Amino acid sequence: MTGSSALPRDNGELVFDAPWQGRVLAMALAVVEDRGLVWDDFRRRLIAAIAADPDRPYYESWTTALTDLVVEAGVVTRDDLDARAG
Amino acid sequence: MSDDHGHNPRPLSDVERRAQALEELLTEKGIVSGEFIDRVVEAFARDIGPMNGAKVVARAWVDPGYRQRLLADGSAAVAELGFGGPEGDHIVAVENTPEVHNVVVCTLCSCYPWPVLGLPPTWYKSPPYRSRMVREPRALLAEMGCEVPEDVEIRVWDSSAEVRYLVLPERPAATDGVGEAELAALVSRDAMIGVARP
Repeated sequence: MTGSSALPRDNGELVFDAPWQGRVLAMALAVVEDRGLVWDDFRRRLIAAIAADPDRPYYESWTTALTDLVVEAGVVTRDDLDARAG
Repeated sequence: MSDDHGHNPRPLSDVERRAQALEELLTEKGIVSGEFIDRVVEAFARDIGPMNGAKVVARAWVDPGYRQRLLADGSAAVAELGFGGPEGDHIVAVENTPEVHNVVVCTLCSCYPWPVLGLPPTWYKSPPYRSRMVREPRALLAEMGCEVPEDVEIRVWDSSAEVRYLVLPERPAATDGVGEAELAALVSRDAMIGVARP
């Protein structure tokens, strides 16, 4: 699988550049659903993450927003995450 | 995990390690499952995308009653064709006419009508698109290959958590008698964002 031609799509563009991007996208949906939140709870953090570093790649901002969401919702702690991510 | 030492030829990037840590912890807490993630990713790769929006547009072109319902309540009309789900609650369709060209942006992040267009293309999420489409839409559209005549008004719609816009393009000339499925094939993703004409 090299280049965007490897998986042709209906209107040309691949959805994800790398598998982890799809996984963080799905995780945000799952957390909002599981915690009884609304999508805007995630979106507000995504906006903040993008504003904090506008040139950062999009799904990196997404991951930052997801991290903020799960930490602020009390689901996991930053220490847990840091320890796990090594 | 330990893939950065040893058999994996490419070390995981920092963000990949963080994504993996999130998935592990959320899985352990029972909040996500590999099956759920796989299902979402698969859906976006295969079932959810601009081909859905193209069916909505083609239906609106051939069925005046549907067109009215779409313009009155986008989400309900989209649901009539079986499309819904996350980011689909407040879809508003805006109609191009000979006098008005509509174009959609999300200035703050990446709001987009997922059920009908899938996930946004990379350029839609880029800072230049998000800022310039508001400031100088006519110039940016021209750069993107969409020349809008000077006498046509350009309306820029800023998508948000509350409202996700879908452009209903004008039906191309000389398509009388063309079937709905063939019409749908004429509708591009970019036309439904408003950066192209079908």
